[in-house]
Amino acid sequence: MGLVDRIASLGRSAIDMVAGLGRAGLMLWGAVFRVPRIRKGTPLLVKQIYVVGVQSMVIVLVSGLFIGMVLALQGYTILVDFGTEESLGPMVALSLLRELGPVVTALLFAGRAGSALTAEIGLMKSTEQLSSLEMMAIDPLRQVIAPRFWAGVISMPLLALMFTAVGIFGGHLVGVEWKGIDHGSFWSILQASVEWRQDIVNCLIKSTAFAVVVTWIALYRGYQVIPNPEGISRATTQTVVQSSLAVLALDFLLTAIMFG
Amino acid sequence: MTQHSTPLVEVRNLGFRRGSRVIYDDISLTIPRGKVTAIMGPSGIGKTTLLKLIGGQLVPDSGEVLFDGQNVHSASRSQLFEMRKRMSMLFQSGALFTDMNVFDNVAFALREHTQLSEEIIRTLVLMKLEAVGLRGAADLVPNELSGGMQRRAALARAIALEPEMVMYDEPFAGQDPISMGVLVKLIRELSHALNLTSVVVSHDVAEVMSIADYVYVIAEKQVIARGTPDELRGATDNAQLMQFLQGEPDGPVPFHFPAKDFSEELANGAG
Repeated sequence: MGLVDRIASLGRSAIDMVAGLGRAGLMLWGAVFRVPRIRKGTPLLVKQIYVVGVQSMVIVLVSGLFIGMVLALQGYTILVDFGTEESLGPMVALSLLRELGPVVTALLFAGRAGSALTAEIGLMKSTEQLSSLEMMAIDPLRQVIAPRFWAGVISMPLLALMFTAVGIFGGHLVGVEWKGIDHGSFWSILQASVEWRQDIVNCLIKSTAFAVVVTWIALYRGYQVIPNPEGISRATTQTVVQSSLAVLALDFLLTAIMFG
Repeated sequence: MTQHSTPLVEVRNLGFRRGSRVIYDDISLTIPRGKVTAIMGPSGIGKTTLLKLIGGQLVPDSGEVLFDGQNVHSASRSQLFEMRKRMSMLFQSGALFTDMNVFDNVAFALREHTQLSEEIIRTLVLMKLEAVGLRGAADLVPNELSGGMQRRAALARAIALEPEMVMYDEPFAGQDPISMGVLVKLIRELSHALNLTSVVVSHDVAEVMSIADYVYVIAEKQVIARGTPDELRGATDNAQLMQFLQGEPDGPVPFHFPAKDFSEELANGAG
């Protein structure tokens, strides 16, 4: 392969990438920026919130509990050397609210719900169900993509809050119940150091941003799937890989803006 | 001029390519109202593509498709959706919604596009299911149906909104003789009873010739023959058509995929 060919193929893949971004943008535009249909849209949305959100609760809650406990245990062994084990509460709570809550929830969500969304939409496409909606004069973006997108965006911040709450409870279990930190000081220092705007609102902003990115990638990968078994397996893998990387990169960016 | 003398669908000088592969090169055909028009041709020449072009799901590179005098591809999205309410398509796979039972599948378009009460919808759905013989299967989900039954359920869904035109994509492919017979009977009877315009895309010669009023045979990006089934059977001078109708393995359409000379390739095998 000559140099010119290599440059050409580089250019081609760049064009493909930009075209893909454009298509993904158009899909989101077509799904989201429409006048909502309250009567017909609500049941679809509720069903998807159940599938995407409620069914992800178990993995999110269990992970939150363990991560909170591990965080507290690790934190305690470090803090106790300096005699500052009373600060375990804020350490656990702030780590969870600012970083681990939104990020780990988003990663779990990508693996649990994102891949399922991609596979579902991909199979709907390869069994011509999306085409069939089109031919019935029903916009699949509206009927299929929009409810799933909004379900993801609504569910993920709530899941992140649950993750954080359970994580703090896990920290309490290890710190107070096991290691014997004073119950009152654990909670009062925690309460004094968590700020509404700085910590909780930022947690929700981060989590919403991750929700948009993960759900968008999952839906787009499904929507653009090559309709065969290999295509679907590739698409689900791409969903998990790309949304995980996107979440981590976006997290750095948001952290730099919020706390930098 | 009465409305009924103009064709429902007119395809004019249509050109379409996928990547660098030309699927259609300047193809024209008309689909008259209230008749069964068949489009036949070997597998893989894009007959389904033609239906998707007529339905406005794909956009041609050149030429135009008129549905009742209206250009399908220059219409706005809402105009296109209005046209699609008047046409419907039976997909090869049936394409039933797998998360709903048969009843809800058939009721789907009625619930989306009409303001009818649930009671009237129930009556309409049961009528459609009765017509295809699946009233007893209303509560089953698509996975519980056989392939032939899925296609019949999809047919009930396709006629739910009482469209003017139904496009059948390979309705007979992969069916056993009994369900094939059932589908032939259904297509013929529904077309007459509902005064439907039917477009049947297929390569099952015998079944198509038995129900079609008019047949187009497509091969090599072109219409190679057109006429009533009797006219086609009589066109013995058209070698390409005869090969297709009689199913001969070799002829104008070669048995071999284009390749290098066989003895040359064997001789050069080592190098």
